[in-house]
Amino acid sequence: MTLPSSAIAIRGLCKSYGKAEVLHDIDLEIARGATTCLIGPSGSGKSTLLRCIAFLEEATRGTILINGQPLGFEEQPDGKRVRVPAHQIRRVRSGIGMVFQQFNLWPHMTALGNVTEALVTVNGLSRAEAEARGMAQLRRVGLEARARHYPSELSGGQQQRVAIARALALEPKILLFDEPTASLDPELTGEVLNVMRDLGADGMTMVVVTHEIGFAATVGRRIVFLDHGRVLLNGTPGELFAAPRHPRLTQFLETYLDRGAAMLLKPA
Amino acid sequence: MTPRLFELMLKAAGTTVVISVASIGIGLLIGILVCAARLSPRPWLRWPAGLFVSFFRGVPLLVQLLLIYNLLPAIGLTVPSVVAALIGLSLCTAAYQAENLRGGFTSVPRGLLEAADMVGLSPWQQFRRIRAPIALRLTVPALVNEAILILKASSLISVVGVIELTRTAQNLAASTYEPLLFYAVAGGLYLAINWLVAAGGSLAERALRRGRLA
Repeated sequence: MTLPSSAIAIRGLCKSYGKAEVLHDIDLEIARGATTCLIGPSGSGKSTLLRCIAFLEEATRGTILINGQPLGFEEQPDGKRVRVPAHQIRRVRSGIGMVFQQFNLWPHMTALGNVTEALVTVNGLSRAEAEARGMAQLRRVGLEARARHYPSELSGGQQQRVAIARALALEPKILLFDEPTASLDPELTGEVLNVMRDLGADGMTMVVVTHEIGFAATVGRRIVFLDHGRVLLNGTPGELFAAPRHPRLTQFLETYLDRGAAMLLKPA
Repeated sequence: MTPRLFELMLKAAGTTVVISVASIGIGLLIGILVCAARLSPRPWLRWPAGLFVSFFRGVPLLVQLLLIYNLLPAIGLTVPSVVAALIGLSLCTAAYQAENLRGGFTSVPRGLLEAADMVGLSPWQQFRRIRAPIALRLTVPALVNEAILILKASSLISVVGVIELTRTAQNLAASTYEPLLFYAVAGGLYLAINWLVAAGGSLAERALRRGRLA
């Protein structure tokens, strides 16, 4: 079987909460081995889109293929959409790691415990083997010295790096980041972005919802600009940020001058 | 007070402690089941559990004890009064502990379970590894509180004929004509026991502090 060219293929995705439709007919291909940044104003639907990709939210219509495999819903030949069985959802989702805005570390486990939990409980590794692999992931995010600390004893930036190590431990093909630095102090943002930059350089497929425009412009291979639940723009940073720029994007960037957007707006 | 009478008081305090601790333990086990039923998506589990909680929280413990004590022989079961007392106290504290636990479970942030979903933990694994340990930690202070309440409420079981600390004090006060002395000693013993329970609770909370919800 040849792998499809895109890591994630989204077809006709719609999501409504009651009467409010927050995502309208999204079609999007996410390239393998590259970082794609989802940007857009608050309420534009970028986090909802990411949560649909993780199947933490169920889309109202449309399908999502992860490496060619349907996640959550499958389209049948007659066009009807059916839910796939739970074990299949778990299998397809095992190829995806997720990093949350609020870190979501389990407070009653150490950093190492968080990283090794699924290796032991889900994958059935021995504790020794899981800890060896967990330590390797903590080393990758620069936190092996904090392995025995509890989340309450770590800074926000350290907690987020442990959360990244936890996601990496299962060796996912795709990493999703939902505003990973939005709840961090500015001086702690850099350490998390650096880890993400390294992952991108290693060829990890990443989808990042972010307000860090500077990060998006420098690390993102593709930028997807969402507005009012639609993909308004989709291109390389060069294409999107260079003049002539879409007026909605310019308007959006002007509100983010302090997040690294200033350099993009400067006349060349 | 002669040493022999004081020894009687101490023995009675022992009865109070044993029955209370046993009730709290049995009540915790029943409470976990009732709490699980109340949180269940299935209405036929949720509904009776809700009824159980409203009954045992809504009817005075004294009335519950008298009901159980008289109900069991009526349906052909003769049990020692200690057993009747144990059943009454356990069911009553189970209702309160189920509600405390439910508070703990519903306080576990959703995001922690989403993180568990994303690494592939099944619903049962999530319950065992994430939800229950966090909920139990959140419930420890309420559990200590409940233990103290039950130790004090256990003075009511004398109505079904169990000779515990309060009843012993009453008996000795009546036979020696020294009520003040014996009630003061009883009060002091309750205070000492509950002080130990509270101290144990503080130790447990301190031991769990590193893993607290940030």
